Amino acid sequence: MIKHHLNDELLMAYSAGTLPEAFSLVVATHVSLCDTCRARLEGFDAVGGAVLEIIEDEIDLSAGSLEATMARIAAMEQEAAIDTPRPAALRNALLPGPVREYVGGDLDAVQWRSVGGGVRQAILPTSERASVRLLHIPAGIAVPDHTHGGLELTLVLQGAFRDEHDRFGPGDVEIATQDVHHTPVAEPGPDCICLAATDAPLRFSGWLPRLAQPFVNI
Amino acid sequence: MSEAVEKRAAWAAELELVASSRDAAAFAKVFAHFAPRVKAFLMKSGADAAMAEECAQDVMATVWHKAGSFDASRASAATWIFTIARNRRIDMLRRERRPEPEDLSWGPEADPDQEDAMTMQQETERLSAAIASLPEKQRVLIERAYFGDLSHSEIAEATGLPLGTIKSRIRMALERLRHRMSQEGIRE
Repeated sequence: MIKHHLNDELLMAYSAGTLPEAFSLVVATHVSLCDTCRARLEGFDAVGGAVLEIIEDEIDLSAGSLEATMARIAAMEQEAAIDTPRPAALRNALLPGPVREYVGGDLDAVQWRSVGGGVRQAILPTSERASVRLLHIPAGIAVPDHTHGGLELTLVLQGAFRDEHDRFGPGDVEIATQDVHHTPVAEPGPDCICLAATDAPLRFSGWLPRLAQPFVNI
Repeated sequence: MSEAVEKRAAWAAELELVASSRDAAAFAKVFAHFAPRVKAFLMKSGADAAMAEECAQDVMATVWHKAGSFDASRASAATWIFTIARNRRIDMLRRERRPEPEDLSWGPEADPDQEDAMTMQQETERLSAAIASLPEKQRVLIERAYFGDLSHSEIAEATGLPLGTIKSRIRMALERLRHRMSQEGIRE
């Protein structure tokens, strides 16, 4: 049962198409797991539809616009249309569809790198406005204490973690801003796998040597 | 039933004709209404006239090809076309990939219920009317958000919208869909 959901501003920014790609991946993944947020998101899409409907300025199309469009349609009849394809829901996959698309496969295709203390990460390729990574935290292990310099979203895909404030299980998303200073610990049980996006570099203040940070790209 | 709701239902019906029988006359009607709006939307989002024309044609060609995935019980024609235009804009102006949620579609043989579709068009109309009647300052803020003109922290100020009823209608449609998907899962 998902307890921690996306907030309105994230859903609206994703619907408006202004969220950085890394955050959009977290939103798309949570929505794949949570019909409550899918319905909220489609509600915000309806606002976009209303905005399109009430546009006041009269903009003329070029002469022959419909004919040009019909020619375009005929030319791409055999090809896939240009809309963004949506990932399929697979019954036995361990990772949700949007994450699989960025990994290039399921959990066994993730290229993990150790960041010390048994914690592993895999940075996923997105535009540079923000970054997103998969984190693998063994049960019972603390993620090094870190402070935030911007917005950070952490979505649990497997296992659970607990910090000073709350517990986060599969599908839950933690929304942390710069004033949150926390020490998440993976709960006993299956190892914790999270999808974490941030628009600022994480600054670990715990036991991970600061000197190592430039090399591990944290 | 109000005239505006009838119009919305009519756009949905035209899209269904495009999907089921590749009806060029139905498409021409959809085009005449929506293509100028898509072009205006793209220009307000920062595209010049030539680029907006080019992309509006792309968007409308996608409407033709993807008409089969339009679901009138979950969205109005305007909403569905907005999502295609928005995705094209991200691709064009940002050159960024857009991660999309997993697909949840009715599938070819499971047509959504006509009554559900009509209720959804009524809810959309109610939402549009609510937005149109907002104080100008707030309405402009919402428009700017959807033209890609606000950062996600500025967007927080534009989020207080009356989305309650449309959200619960969509939620019901999703529940029916999940139910059907799980029944099909048992048959497999």
